[in-house]
Amino acid sequence: MTGYIIVLLLASFLCLYRIALGPTPADRTVSIDILGTIIVGFCAFMSIITGRGYYLNIAIAWALISFVGTIALAKFLEGRGFDE
Amino acid sequence: MSNIIAEILLVTGVAFDLLGAIGLVRLPDVYNRLQAATKCVTLGTCFILFGACFHFGITAGGIKALICAAFILLTSPTGAHALARGSHKAGIKLWEGSVVDKYHEDTNM
Repeated sequence: MTGYIIVLLLASFLCLYRIALGPTPADRTVSIDILGTIIVGFCAFMSIITGRGYYLNIAIAWALISFVGTIALAKFLEGRGFDE
Repeated sequence: MSNIIAEILLVTGVAFDLLGAIGLVRLPDVYNRLQAATKCVTLGTCFILFGACFHFGITAGGIKALICAAFILLTSPTGAHALARGSHKAGIKLWEGSVVDKYHEDTNM
């Protein structure tokens, strides 16, 4: 199980590399979206390792908040207001 | 038996997550990165959640993992579509090796 956690951490650090060096704001936004999805998988792993169910509640809440944030950033990137 | 299926699903999901993150770093422009990373990471995370469902069985945890997988499958393509449309409207150029841009042709008839 520890090997899986290390591989997921490596994937998260690759996303952080793209957030730090992305040439355009769109690259950074894509990386933030992907990092949120990886963190949902990370929460599922933590619930398997510890055997406790409440990490899956965190995963559902994280997926919801990440989706709202992605849509808001996409509309901001497009140059529209939030009420259109 | 259920543990073996869960282990296979977890290995597949972690491998897809890593491949998606490598594609995010290696590919040349934002549209290629979006294409590689969104599909790979969505499938990988859904496999991890299905593995958690097989590991927990029909309990509260397993049902929660299934709900989370269904939610990821619904929202991740929607977010990727909004991001691709937003970056095209923001005027971000395609990679010079790209051969076709149907969205540009359709909106500038």
